[in-house]
Amino acid sequence: MVFVLCGPKLSLCGLILSVWGIIQLTLMGVFYYIRAVALLEDLPLDPNVHELDLFIGEVESGYTQNAHNCWIAALLYVITLVISGHQFWMNNRSSVSM
Amino acid sequence: MGAMFRSEEMALCQLFIQPEAAYTSVSELGEAGSVQFRDLNPDVNAFQRKFVNEVRRCDEMERKLRYIEAEVHKDGVHVPQVKEPPRAPNPREIIDLEAHLEKTENEILELSHNAVNLKQNYLELTELRHVLEKTEAFFLAQEEIGMDSLTKSLISDEAGQQQATRGRLGFVAGVVQRERVPAFERMLWRISRGNVFLRRTDLDKPLEDPATGNEIYKTVFVAFFQGEQLKSRIKKVCAGFHASLYPCPPSNSERQDMVKGVRTRLEDLNMVLNQTRDHRQRVLVSVAKELASWSIMVRKMKAIYHTLNLFNMDVTKKCLIGECWVPTADLPNVQKALVDGSNACGSSIPSFLNCIETDEEPPTFNRTNKFTHGFQNLIDAYGVASYRECNPALYTIITFPFLFAVMFGDLGHGMIMALFGGWMVVKEVSLAAKKSNNEIWNIFFAGRYIILLMGCFSMYTGLVYNDIFSKSMNIFGSTWFVPYDNATLTSNAAMTLDPKDAFINVPYFIGIDPIWQTADNKIIFLNSYKMKLSIIFGVIHMIFGVCMSVVNYNFFKRRYSIFLEFIPQIVFLCLLFLYMVFMMFYKWVAYSVFSEEEAFTQGCAPSVLILFINMMLYSSTTPEGGCKEFMFESQGTIQTVFLLIALCCIPIMLLGKPLYLLSASKKSKHVKPENSNGNVNQGIEMQDQTDISEVEQKPQAAASHSHEDEPFSEIMIHQAIHTIEYVLSTISHTASYLRLWALSLAHAELSEVLWNMVLKFGLQDHGYVGAVKLYVAFCFWALFTLAILVMMEGLSAFLHTLRLHWVEFMSKFYSGLGYIFQPFCFKTILEQEDRDD
Repeated sequence: MVFVLCGPKLSLCGLILSVWGIIQLTLMGVFYYIRAVALLEDLPLDPNVHELDLFIGEVESGYTQNAHNCWIAALLYVITLVISGHQFWMNNRSSVSM
Repeated sequence: MGAMFRSEEMALCQLFIQPEAAYTSVSELGEAGSVQFRDLNPDVNAFQRKFVNEVRRCDEMERKLRYIEAEVHKDGVHVPQVKEPPRAPNPREIIDLEAHLEKTENEILELSHNAVNLKQNYLELTELRHVLEKTEAFFLAQEEIGMDSLTKSLISDEAGQQQATRGRLGFVAGVVQRERVPAFERMLWRISRGNVFLRRTDLDKPLEDPATGNEIYKTVFVAFFQGEQLKSRIKKVCAGFHASLYPCPPSNSERQDMVKGVRTRLEDLNMVLNQTRDHRQRVLVSVAKELASWSIMVRKMKAIYHTLNLFNMDVTKKCLIGECWVPTADLPNVQKALVDGSNACGSSIPSFLNCIETDEEPPTFNRTNKFTHGFQNLIDAYGVASYRECNPALYTIITFPFLFAVMFGDLGHGMIMALFGGWMVVKEVSLAAKKSNNEIWNIFFAGRYIILLMGCFSMYTGLVYNDIFSKSMNIFGSTWFVPYDNATLTSNAAMTLDPKDAFINVPYFIGIDPIWQTADNKIIFLNSYKMKLSIIFGVIHMIFGVCMSVVNYNFFKRRYSIFLEFIPQIVFLCLLFLYMVFMMFYKWVAYSVFSEEEAFTQGCAPSVLILFINMMLYSSTTPEGGCKEFMFESQGTIQTVFLLIALCCIPIMLLGKPLYLLSASKKSKHVKPENSNGNVNQGIEMQDQTDISEVEQKPQAAASHSHEDEPFSEIMIHQAIHTIEYVLSTISHTASYLRLWALSLAHAELSEVLWNMVLKFGLQDHGYVGAVKLYVAFCFWALFTLAILVMMEGLSAFLHTLRLHWVEFMSKFYSGLGYIFQPFCFKTILEQEDRDD
């Protein structure tokens, strides 16, 4: 039992959190990718840009960047899911064997 | 059908049971669980009742079971659950069970007694062994010194004298608890004025206390002293400190022999102890298998005898008489249980059931299933419905989740709640089997269907508010567009979208247009929209509540109240507040940017609230140029008429019912004496003598017209309080529904703030570092969403919904003065006791 790092509650919490994270962050990534207007407010924009072309370029790159960031974060949650799933399984098994 | 509409009809029945069949019959009734017994000897104290001895026997058996259970738990033996709970044992089995319990208890008692004795022996021997082993070192050191002095003394001339003194150097060896050592040492030093030489060493391993099984740490000591007097003093001190003294031979070889002897004895004892332990384990395992079913049987027996104690003995002592409330629908079941009961004991004379008439208010019984149970609990928490009163729980099933959802409108949060509720509903059976002592979890689990419905309704209102974690979704395509060109857009920081140019005059398919999420005046718009919604829902909800009172008046044969109370109430409410709702709708329909007429364009729309205040205060505001003060022709006149009619309703509410009752009581005064003559408990006997119509009339009159007997002044005061309360409450309750708007606003703003303060932190980066930041930010955002937005806000919205139902809705028709039907049922008794454990 070297690999048991967290207890049954923490691993369950991680499991639920990562499932939620994967679903929501993947969807948010998709929405950033298709340039959803509702998410415009969250983009990192420079308030001093007044040129229209520059502004549009910045928005475009912001959307793409955020889409990628969301998917990467979703991948990180996949890793979390695997780890906490493994922990959960170990915890369950150890409680059964006891 | 109609099971939820009002509580079930109850009948007061008398049971006549043969004494032999009593036990089995009551057992059957307990299994059926549909009768509530009444105490027929309330003034007899608990020790003088008929079945006291049996109850005592059950108590004794319970005590034994508790002892056995404690022993079983002490040894950590698993007690298996019973699959099918056993029925109450019949009297012959009781004796067997009693004997069996007695035997088991004695066996376990003896075993533990023996075990304690053996362990005591074992402890003493271990201590002795330790004393012998540890003192070895002391004596060796002592002897070396002794040898030195001996050789010295041999050289000197006074050898004989020295020998004599040395011969009197005695010692005492023993074991004392470690925490007592310092005090013990000091005491020895004091009584001997420093003439005692104490050597001690701690035992490394703790010893086991034979009686309690606790670990105790002890210290071995040897006290050297001179003189008999000192010896007796030291012994006294040892006794005072509970130190156990062991004989320790002074010579080395004797000690070695003794250690050997002790060791072999210890080994033997260990073997015996192991065997005892095995035997005990075997006994306990075999008992543990039966334990659960025995304890259920005993508890059932005890419940039966307690119930039998409520019964009355017939004068001839030939049968037991009991009185009970039974739902009329369950009468056949009760009959069947009685027949089964008398068959079970082979009695030749059947027991029988006789319904009797009574003036007493029967208990309230709403038959619920697992879905409606939660909602019925919400209502019962306010007050149990009066007998056969209209049951608000039926409507609560829909209105409760709906009003909750108006305050909790967010698709994302609703989905979380619905998933949680859905999981509890799907896993219902396995979750219910896992009995938990966690109070919060039990509350959630009991309300699983409410949570599920609240979640689903919140998803719907979230869709209407177009809110998912404070973001809007453009599903059906926004019907607004930007009419400005790029030059205008770049030169202005903020622009107003005039609906005339920017709106295609087709509303968004469902709910709020997503364009509002990006608007600066979003909150102003939503406030006006949600405030109107809450007033509309509130007025409809209250009107519904007032209408429910008709059902009660009609059922309780107080038809005069429909005219004297209900109609003035509903007229008052409708003419003032339903009219306001009407104005809201009219304003929405009549005024538009696209309107041709100037008076109906957007700038001219009057404020509904100002119009309403003007109507109440008879004042007026002069409209701006081109606009009209009122929304339609002769609105001013209509308003004046409405207000006057509404005001006229107040005296009707105030005086109508008291005056009617006054005149009615005058008319019926001559008939009264005859009526009250028949008002005896056993109405059956009177039936032949009195007029049938009168008899039929009487119980209803007694049940419903509790006011009729009161003096006029009392009635008048009651009515005045009711009227003032109603008139004031229509205004305050309407305002109270504004909490729907306030909480919904708070919820939406809180979730927006959470998104902007926490999750946005991870979305503000140009590089890929943002991904890691987002990972962390999402974790915190998710936790806060759960803890604050779903749990805390959910709880507050729940409480406000509860208040809206209890105060604003139920005050219109619900009196809630009944008492709950508590049937004699083994299942509830066992569950209750399990919870107490």
